[in-house]
Amino acid sequence: MSTVLAFQLQTWNFFFRELVSGLAVGSLYALIALGYTMVYGVLKLLNFAHGDVYMVGAYIGFFLLNALGSPLAPVMPIVPLILLAFAASMVGCGILGVVIERFAYRPLRKAPRIAPLISAIGVSFFLQQTAVLLWSPNPRSYDTFSLRPDSSGIGELFRTAFTIGNFSIQYVQLVVILSTVVLMIGLSLFVWRTRTGKAMRAVSFDAEASSMMGIDVDRVITITFLIGSALAGAAGVMTGLIYQQLNPYMGFGAGLKAFTAAVVGGIGNIGGAVLGGLLIGLTETFTVGYLSSQFSDLILYSILVVFLLFRSTGIRGAPVLQKV
Amino acid sequence: MSTESPSGQPATSPQIGVDEWVRRSGERTAGPGGLLRLANRTPSIVLLAAFIGIACAIPELSSSGYVIGVDADTLLYVLLAMGLNVAVGWAGILDLGYVVFYGFAAYLFAELSSAHYNIHWATWQTVPLVIAATILLGFVLALPSRRLNGDYLAIVMLFFLQIFNNFTTNGYAWNWLGLTGAHDVTGGPTGITNVEPFRVFGHVLSNAPTDYVFVSAAGIFVVAILFHYVNRSRTGRAWRALREDPLAAEMMGIPVKWLSLLAVAVGAGVAGFAGSVNGAYYQGVFPDTFMFPLLITVYAMVILGGAGSLGGVAFGAVVVNVLLEILRTPDHARWVFYAAMILGLLAKLRPWRLLAALTAGLAIFGVVVHEIVGAVWARGVGGPIAVGPTSFTTHGFFATVIRHWMVLPKGTYTAENFRIGNYAFVIVIALVLACTVIKGWKRWALFVPTIWGACFVWETLLVEQAPTTRPLFLGVILIVLMATRPAGLFGTTRVEIV
Repeated sequence: MSTVLAFQLQTWNFFFRELVSGLAVGSLYALIALGYTMVYGVLKLLNFAHGDVYMVGAYIGFFLLNALGSPLAPVMPIVPLILLAFAASMVGCGILGVVIERFAYRPLRKAPRIAPLISAIGVSFFLQQTAVLLWSPNPRSYDTFSLRPDSSGIGELFRTAFTIGNFSIQYVQLVVILSTVVLMIGLSLFVWRTRTGKAMRAVSFDAEASSMMGIDVDRVITITFLIGSALAGAAGVMTGLIYQQLNPYMGFGAGLKAFTAAVVGGIGNIGGAVLGGLLIGLTETFTVGYLSSQFSDLILYSILVVFLLFRSTGIRGAPVLQKV
Repeated sequence: MSTESPSGQPATSPQIGVDEWVRRSGERTAGPGGLLRLANRTPSIVLLAAFIGIACAIPELSSSGYVIGVDADTLLYVLLAMGLNVAVGWAGILDLGYVVFYGFAAYLFAELSSAHYNIHWATWQTVPLVIAATILLGFVLALPSRRLNGDYLAIVMLFFLQIFNNFTTNGYAWNWLGLTGAHDVTGGPTGITNVEPFRVFGHVLSNAPTDYVFVSAAGIFVVAILFHYVNRSRTGRAWRALREDPLAAEMMGIPVKWLSLLAVAVGAGVAGFAGSVNGAYYQGVFPDTFMFPLLITVYAMVILGGAGSLGGVAFGAVVVNVLLEILRTPDHARWVFYAAMILGLLAKLRPWRLLAALTAGLAIFGVVVHEIVGAVWARGVGGPIAVGPTSFTTHGFFATVIRHWMVLPKGTYTAENFRIGNYAFVIVIALVLACTVIKGWKRWALFVPTIWGACFVWETLLVEQAPTTRPLFLGVILIVLMATRPAGLFGTTRVEIV
């Protein structure tokens, strides 16, 4: 069956289902992309290890959910439990991000630019393999109480929240999209309304000049890594909730796509990262849904290559002038 | 190394017109000492001849098929490392798509000499064709360098790797994205098998690795001599200029974009040859081979040996591959681990009083912990030490020492005890990180539990989990080298001019 015919056979129902799940995936990419874009803003470093921090976040959420209840005996209602998983994962990942920055990147502040990049690749690989070592390479699943399908076949979280015409949305998708929006608003307030946020913007504009103005650049970088990694941790738990599957290798592909989302939106641009994340999420979901699920990576990455080639400053980014 | 300034005054007194950078210029220009110096002074051709000689002698000297196999693998890695060195070491381009060229060549070779498409070309036809095609692919995939540079270029190259992996894994049903019916291009997850061996001058190479040792060695010989002269040529100098400062190089009239393309393509050519050998030697190509872990392996080799130095990357390839092989066998790995640790302490710790104190501290610490654990939790010290039937650490002095110094819980290498190892692993990482920030005597005090803890994690977790320990080790190589010696073992230190 050719693709064109297949397209005509799909219904609007299918389209809306794909749209909503694309938005949910896009929210995840957006959250991860924020970490990339913030770090790139202040350090001009492609923090390769960020995707693996997100993977660790998913695992932290998994272990917390399992520690606080088995499928049969949850110790607390589901809402505070999920909030707790978010909190634990964000704190854990935030600390991990700060440690990575302190030990892998800070000693290389003055090195040629290729050095921290290679170090970042090393950290990424190290985290991935540590996860394999500690938690085995087998996929785990967020298989707990309300997440698990009950006798009616659908878990509480996966019931339809509401329906408008053809447009229906599950609770879990609602949770993911809404919490992304909340985190985003919080981040915007932080960056635009606080002194630290102002310092962060100053550093990303010109690190040297801002250090002359009395800004503690190292502290700003630490905070950037803390926040970026915490957001990745939140994204990790959300992934667990939506897909219920996690494995040590999930960070690699998600990291690549999220970094591209940051580039698509214009690197260093927070609103752009969100836009880019949503775009890439939608592109990926529609590719899988309409074109080919087997070659979705091939198609998606080809689109991204073309995009990077012809618009590497992103949708919202300004052209970069190289000064000597 | 002299710490005095040229005029003979102590370096501590400031001199007019001599700042920190100028004062220490002697340290930077001074050559290395010892073995490195010897390696630098020996003519390259002698080193090359010795290398090829040893590599080719191994099949004659050893009757073990395993050893010869490792020899053949290592030579393939040497080829790969030399190819990657062109882009990464000389031109300074982070070519993260390098494995694509290797994989592409292997697949192309396999398709031209197997029953997959029922094409059975002779080797003198396939290998030049594969190399030419791979060079062409190198030019094509390097095209983004005309518009992108640095991180963006690296990420686009990595995208090509992802695309390639996706294509090879699912290529058994390639349908031109829905335009045609599905047909089998790459054999899918199981790859292409029954690839024919090389046929050279009417002589069909056997499946034994011995023959491919000679093939790879011949390849290395040609490539090394070729690259030796390329490095000294106009192009080689231009590449290095490009690496140091692309903008300045462009200002000097160097065709930066063309040279970037050329660097990636030349590297791809070497990968093309290595890929052909890979297809013939393993008699098959499999998509899982050409993925990110292989990329990291080759990068670790190039970085460890010293990007930019031909001999260095070859040395790095040998060291990394041999170490990875040793890690497969717990007994051998254990010997290497303790030997490396003791040699490292001997080489790095000065003065001898510190060394003696640390050794004594380690011995006492281990024994005390052993006694305490033994008293509190008897099961904790009764575990076996060795894994595998052919252990020479089960008996004898070495085993006795370890058994009384180390805590080996009973039932080591069971799921429950891996958990103990897991916690210890995280704690040891924290200790190692702490050692890098703490200064003075506290650091040396912290060294004792760190080293002991590392040995504990080694014995309870890493030695048995070799499939994971090997890649873990690669990641550690990259991180540690970047933090301590970015130039690698034989690389030239780059002087950043600000």
